[in-house]
Amino acid sequence: MTGKEFNWMIGGPQGSGIDTSANIFGRGFGYGGYHLYGKREYHSNVKGLHSYFHFRVSNKPVAANVNDVNLLAAFDAETIVRHIREVTPKGGIIIDKSDLNLAISEIRTLPSELMKLIMKNHGSKRTHKTIIDLIEEAKEKETRVYVVPFLDLLKEVGDEFGIEKLSRVTRMKNILALGTTFGLLNYDASLVEKAIGVVFREKPGVVKMNVSAFNKAYEYSKQNFDDDFPHKFKKLDIHEERIFLLGNQAVALGKVLGGCRIQTYYPITPAADESEFLEAHEVFKLQSGNGAILVIQTEDEIAAVNMASGAALAGARASTTTSGPGFSLMVEGLSWAGNNEVPIVITYYQRGAPSTGLPTRHGQDDLRFVIHSGHGEFPRIVLASGDMKECFFDAARAFNYAEKYQMPVIHLIDKAMANSTQSYKVFDLSQVKIDRGEIASRDDLQIGKYKRFRFTDSGISPRAFLGTKGALMWYTGDEHDEIGHISEEPLNRNQMMEKRMKKLVKAGEEIPSEEKFNFFGQEETKNIIISWGSTKGAILEAMELLRKEGFNLAFLQIRMIQPLPSNSIERILGQAEMKIAIEMNYSGQLAATITEKTGIFMDYFILKYNGRPMTTTEVYEALKKILRKNAEKRQVLIHGS
Amino acid sequence: MGLKASDYKTPLFVDWCPGCGNFGIYAALQMALAELQLKPYEVVIVSGIGCSGKTPHFMNVNGVHTLHGRTLPFAIGIKLANPSLEVIAAGGDGDGLGIGVGHFASTGRRNVDLTYIIHDNAVYGLTKGQASPTLQLGLQPKSLPKPNVNAAINPIAMALTAGYTFIARAYAYDVRHTSDLLVQAINHKGLALVNIQQPCPTYNNINTKDWYGGLDRVNPETGNPNPRIYKLAETGWDPVVRTADEDLEKSLAALKKAKEWGDKIPIGVFYKNELIPTYQERISRTIPFYATSPPAKQKIKDESGSPALVMEKWFKELRV
Repeated sequence: MTGKEFNWMIGGPQGSGIDTSANIFGRGFGYGGYHLYGKREYHSNVKGLHSYFHFRVSNKPVAANVNDVNLLAAFDAETIVRHIREVTPKGGIIIDKSDLNLAISEIRTLPSELMKLIMKNHGSKRTHKTIIDLIEEAKEKETRVYVVPFLDLLKEVGDEFGIEKLSRVTRMKNILALGTTFGLLNYDASLVEKAIGVVFREKPGVVKMNVSAFNKAYEYSKQNFDDDFPHKFKKLDIHEERIFLLGNQAVALGKVLGGCRIQTYYPITPAADESEFLEAHEVFKLQSGNGAILVIQTEDEIAAVNMASGAALAGARASTTTSGPGFSLMVEGLSWAGNNEVPIVITYYQRGAPSTGLPTRHGQDDLRFVIHSGHGEFPRIVLASGDMKECFFDAARAFNYAEKYQMPVIHLIDKAMANSTQSYKVFDLSQVKIDRGEIASRDDLQIGKYKRFRFTDSGISPRAFLGTKGALMWYTGDEHDEIGHISEEPLNRNQMMEKRMKKLVKAGEEIPSEEKFNFFGQEETKNIIISWGSTKGAILEAMELLRKEGFNLAFLQIRMIQPLPSNSIERILGQAEMKIAIEMNYSGQLAATITEKTGIFMDYFILKYNGRPMTTTEVYEALKKILRKNAEKRQVLIHGS
Repeated sequence: MGLKASDYKTPLFVDWCPGCGNFGIYAALQMALAELQLKPYEVVIVSGIGCSGKTPHFMNVNGVHTLHGRTLPFAIGIKLANPSLEVIAAGGDGDGLGIGVGHFASTGRRNVDLTYIIHDNAVYGLTKGQASPTLQLGLQPKSLPKPNVNAAINPIAMALTAGYTFIARAYAYDVRHTSDLLVQAINHKGLALVNIQQPCPTYNNINTKDWYGGLDRVNPETGNPNPRIYKLAETGWDPVVRTADEDLEKSLAALKKAKEWGDKIPIGVFYKNELIPTYQERISRTIPFYATSPPAKQKIKDESGSPALVMEKWFKELRV
């Protein structure tokens, strides 16, 4: 039987090629016409601590993970210990033969609290329990176990390429795990070979060796495990052109398309990947000639935000990118940009906080922070994308908002999108337009006449860039007059405050609804979910599962947090009987913001803050409890390892 | 007819205290711009917070009055986005050597082609006279409740080790000499520091005009003061690094000279090295058209408002 959906997990120590194998896995299935969603989990560590990739493959579009693991490919014992209970009944485990006899207590990287929990879960007080013991327990649930002699296969590869030192080939354990996987699935090996070729395209020697390793494991798997594994996949007859990308790549692409030509950053997880991707692609083709984005690694986030402001004043579309701790350092600069009406875009990758928090884990803890950060009152636009596609289009559009309304734009992303991969039909770019807002006219620019902060009905003063012939301009963090010189006069102060703040009202009026929120379902639906950010995929999938069971839900996904589309929210929620907030934080920050602006209170909260994204499975279960009227007002989700 | 020094002034009331060293720097800046005949719209003066922070408002060129300590990041952003602009950063000693000292060092590593003026009066004037990072250990200007417990930063020495490629010290009351140094700094290819010793007549009652001029040590026989300030150029000092192999020797000599303070305070150019590639040149190695098509000058859309970027190649890389 050919499968429809398959969930694969690959795990091992950080630095052992998890990402690479996941990339090859995804591409291999992608070339076969399958839809893909995969998330990466890793420690704040360079080498050695546990890391894994959880992949979902389907013949239908997928937008989130589910709890299931149909096949667990482990290249160390810790992966078995941590994830064995996630494997579905009749699922499978691929394990390295040399890990079998290891006692759990010998796994030095396991935190002691987890070790105790595992012992408890497996009903044993014995600390000498081994991997074999765990495997035997799993077999009782009909889990299939595929023991592969990784070292022997590596030696074979070494022999073939004349490499004596085993340490030089051990890195390819990840490819062996892939080979075994695809052998079990009876999938077309040539598609995976193609993926290997693409992933290592700059190193032909490495391609050869990896293809050989892949085929050795593939053959081993076919010969030794026969047709034992129930999931089988074959190439689909699909001809849609698709891309397979990470959230941080989606943002990077959207930025360059939207005209960003200077990006500053200070290294921070999970934001830095975006800048590195841009730097690796700094020169690109324009309709005529070449363009480039200048990526500058600064000494800190303070320099990053202010350098971006400087560049924006000179007329470049400028952006900086960061995560919570970095943004905390940026807020004085944000306030300056707000006061000086500087069009900068700050891409904010949320992660588990407070403080350093969970530096490599997911969270959406910072919504309330970004709408209030910075001293004083000044306008800003805050966007929150819900998936990679929205990341792309919002990243491009953010610059239009910034320049049209002359204010900083904060684009909220999160770790779950940054480090997850998803496949999409190639984006339709026809809707992307560049609007630079009001630029000073010739008339404005007569010598001695230009006023950078000229009072206008709209509050928007035509902008000239530093260096514009005929125009001189002044900027200051102090309150200023129309020219830009310091003014402490009370009347001017009122006029300037009102000028700045009314731009936000204008933005709220002019920006079309479809860019502010998505509404899924029928408006007359009585049960409405409210959420924002990367929970989108899991919510939509859970709604679909519930719909099949006869439960109707609608979903209001807020994409513009500021200015908040309060009127639309009031209209939509006003008639709802049950309002359910779903958020990846402790307090329900969007819900609180909606209550503040509309007076509407939520009836239920589904919250999660353990650092791992919501899965479709757990959102489905939590919603079902609510729909069956046996839920607490506040449910806290805990899935994930 | 060319531009005169006074053409670089705005009509604003200049609100520094009478006798403030800033007036000397202000005059020198106007003279330097006039000497170079720079077009006002092509010049940007970037300042931080403090008394010196107001300088841009008094100058009839573009002005960007930024945050405390962040003068350099703003200046770099402007310069790199549009390198045809003449960017002059001007900030106080507290701004650049206290709250912004991280940027001071990091900017040296980049050698961006801009001029950085430090108004160095050893006190925080606008907040009423606290000790700044350049106040010598043990000194007690009149606002301090007790003698300074911190040792002073040496901006010249620090600039040398951080990678500044033009390092000079000026004295605010020698306007002509300061202006000459500013002209050289602006003409320098690379990052230029001009640290300007500047009396604060209101709060620094130690490093006063009389102190710099040596009026406290008049020769009893001649009745002449014995000035602390002297000009390096008059001693035959040669700051210029002409070949890579003389850099170490010149740097060490300049470092030694930078340690002179107290009885003798040298002003002039300590060090100059145009052999180090500027940041702009470094960028141009991988973006060859950077100089002619920098970030602020690139075409980002066509007439219909569609993006100028061709996305196909990017998508191809991600195709499955």
